[in-house]
Amino acid sequence: MEKFQTLHTTGVPLPFENVDTDQIIPARFLKATTREGFGENLFRDWRYNADGSPKADFVLNEPRYSGQILVAGKNFGCGSSREHAAWALYDAGFRAVISSYFADIFRGNALNTGLLPLQVSDEILARLLAAIEENPQLEVVVDLPSQTLAVPAWGETVSFAIDPYKKECLINGYDDIDFLVNQKSAIEAYEQKRAWTW
Amino acid sequence: MPRTLVDKIWDAHVVRSIASGQDVVYIDRHLIHEVTSPQAFDEIAARGLSLFRPNQIIATADHNVPTLNQHLPITEPLSRSQVDKLTENCQKYGIELYGLGHQRQGIVHVIGPELGLTQPGLTMVCGDSHTSTHGAFGAIAFGIGTSQVAQVMASQCLLLTRPKRMRVAVEGDLRPGVTAKDLILYIISKLGTGGATGYFVEYAGSAVRSLSMEGRMTVCNMSIEMGARGGLIAPDATTFAYVEGRPFAPKGEAWEQALAYWETLYSDDDAVFDAEFVYDAADITPMITYGTNPGMGIPLTGNVPSQVPDAEAESFDKSLKYMGFERGESLLGKQIDYVFIGSCTNSRIEDLRTVAAYVQGKHKAGHVEAIIVPGSKQVEQQAIAEGIDKILAEAGFELREPGCSACLAMNEDKIPAGAYCVATSNRNFEGRQGPGSRTLLASPLVAAITAVQGRIVDITQYLN
Repeated sequence: MEKFQTLHTTGVPLPFENVDTDQIIPARFLKATTREGFGENLFRDWRYNADGSPKADFVLNEPRYSGQILVAGKNFGCGSSREHAAWALYDAGFRAVISSYFADIFRGNALNTGLLPLQVSDEILARLLAAIEENPQLEVVVDLPSQTLAVPAWGETVSFAIDPYKKECLINGYDDIDFLVNQKSAIEAYEQKRAWTW
Repeated sequence: MPRTLVDKIWDAHVVRSIASGQDVVYIDRHLIHEVTSPQAFDEIAARGLSLFRPNQIIATADHNVPTLNQHLPITEPLSRSQVDKLTENCQKYGIELYGLGHQRQGIVHVIGPELGLTQPGLTMVCGDSHTSTHGAFGAIAFGIGTSQVAQVMASQCLLLTRPKRMRVAVEGDLRPGVTAKDLILYIISKLGTGGATGYFVEYAGSAVRSLSMEGRMTVCNMSIEMGARGGLIAPDATTFAYVEGRPFAPKGEAWEQALAYWETLYSDDDAVFDAEFVYDAADITPMITYGTNPGMGIPLTGNVPSQVPDAEAESFDKSLKYMGFERGESLLGKQIDYVFIGSCTNSRIEDLRTVAAYVQGKHKAGHVEAIIVPGSKQVEQQAIAEGIDKILAEAGFELREPGCSACLAMNEDKIPAGAYCVATSNRNFEGRQGPGSRTLLASPLVAAITAVQGRIVDITQYLN
């Protein structure tokens, strides 16, 4: 996993609530057996017509929007547990998603992919969406070590919460496998003492 | 200190806790399938790791398999390669595989319970969000991403934050024509599609207790549709009777020991939940969804909401536009093009019996295509043994072979763009059943009656 420190970038607004992982990457594109290449089908059916031509009014096809942060409505990533959704966002160049809350499994998958799920209040989210729509060049700064989101044009910095362990993992590019494999003796001891064997 | 059911099972599986407050949680059973496992196997291989407890993993092919001609090689090259990859990985690592053609093959959340792999008090995971199904037995069961699949393969553990606990009780008797599916669609319509995010939900109350295991599985299955990681129901005599005698169930003395332990698995009287809701079963009527998330459900005889909060209006209207519905309208009389009966929510033998009992001697409407996909080979065989296949055929329903099928439309089973499908599955997301498809979630009974009538009706007027 790549290390995550800070982002100085612009945002892409997706002002819909309950964006489910079937929208992020439809099931028919889950047939690959590797992690790469899912970005081209990110938001496939919102982004392209049935004949493969781009839908001009979808944000990812609007030239005025670019950047490494997707700013989306509440309950982002609900539905299917497919980690391919996080891989697709990452593969398409996103490094963070800002929303007012995330579905649990997506949040975990994003953290395991090196994609920061950054939760803000409903009010900040609404302001951010409106500000980016008004000025797509709005600079947004994410600083993970200090857990802050800054919008220099507002002269304002807000802090965000993240699990301290997952923060360390992201900053250092670690994942849970290394940690868990190192727990082997404790795990074997647990297996010996557990109450049931059936 | 009184504890909830979730806490009792959780506590029994904590290997150790770490400073940041998370627990290393031991996983008893790991179910895998062809779609979310290949990258996990690659991860294990790339790190030079071995599988820690391969005998605690069970594999099946379900998400991406055809539901016709399963005895022939899969024609679609990418699907075939994905299923072949699972077979190859299972052989390489010594994992029990119930692949295509095996008499135990089927949807992962249907075969776990029917084989007795699913038991009270266990922790179970699968790279699939509907793993919550297994909570019907009083287990902690939840869906995980592929990185976590690799973690469990490597260590049989996950690093987890203890969930919040929610109790949802439904008290009283369900009305005629109201089933477990209506009960859970009702709950989700009340709590919303994200209303239980961060929680494990314990379902309780006399209406829940009176459900069969199949019904309880339907309820727990859809916990994720309100954001919950899992849902569970305290095990009781109904649970024990279902598990006893199944292939992986404990036998003899081990059964007695298991039973003694399982009988301790309930929330203590004074246990504190972080959130509690109580509903009256008499308020629940047959349900249907009108929108593009499972929280957008109404009684069949109700109307699409005409008012929503301003902040939600844009998403709400986008959803209605996709479905071709208007604010405030009734769905009664709407013509339906497809009926899909299947998925890990409603493809068990009880569901097929419900459909067969209704359609016997009737015929589907001419313009409707009605597809039934059994949850497993065992369900299919049981249906044939009971003559259900013949009843369905005479009624014009097509009985397919087991798989996830048109629930997620990964294989060729797709609903065409613009078509309306009443489905017994779990998600009505845009394009879920194929690009442009329009899904209305309902119970198997509602689906059967809709197939016969060809349009949305008040099913209570049509019960046998």
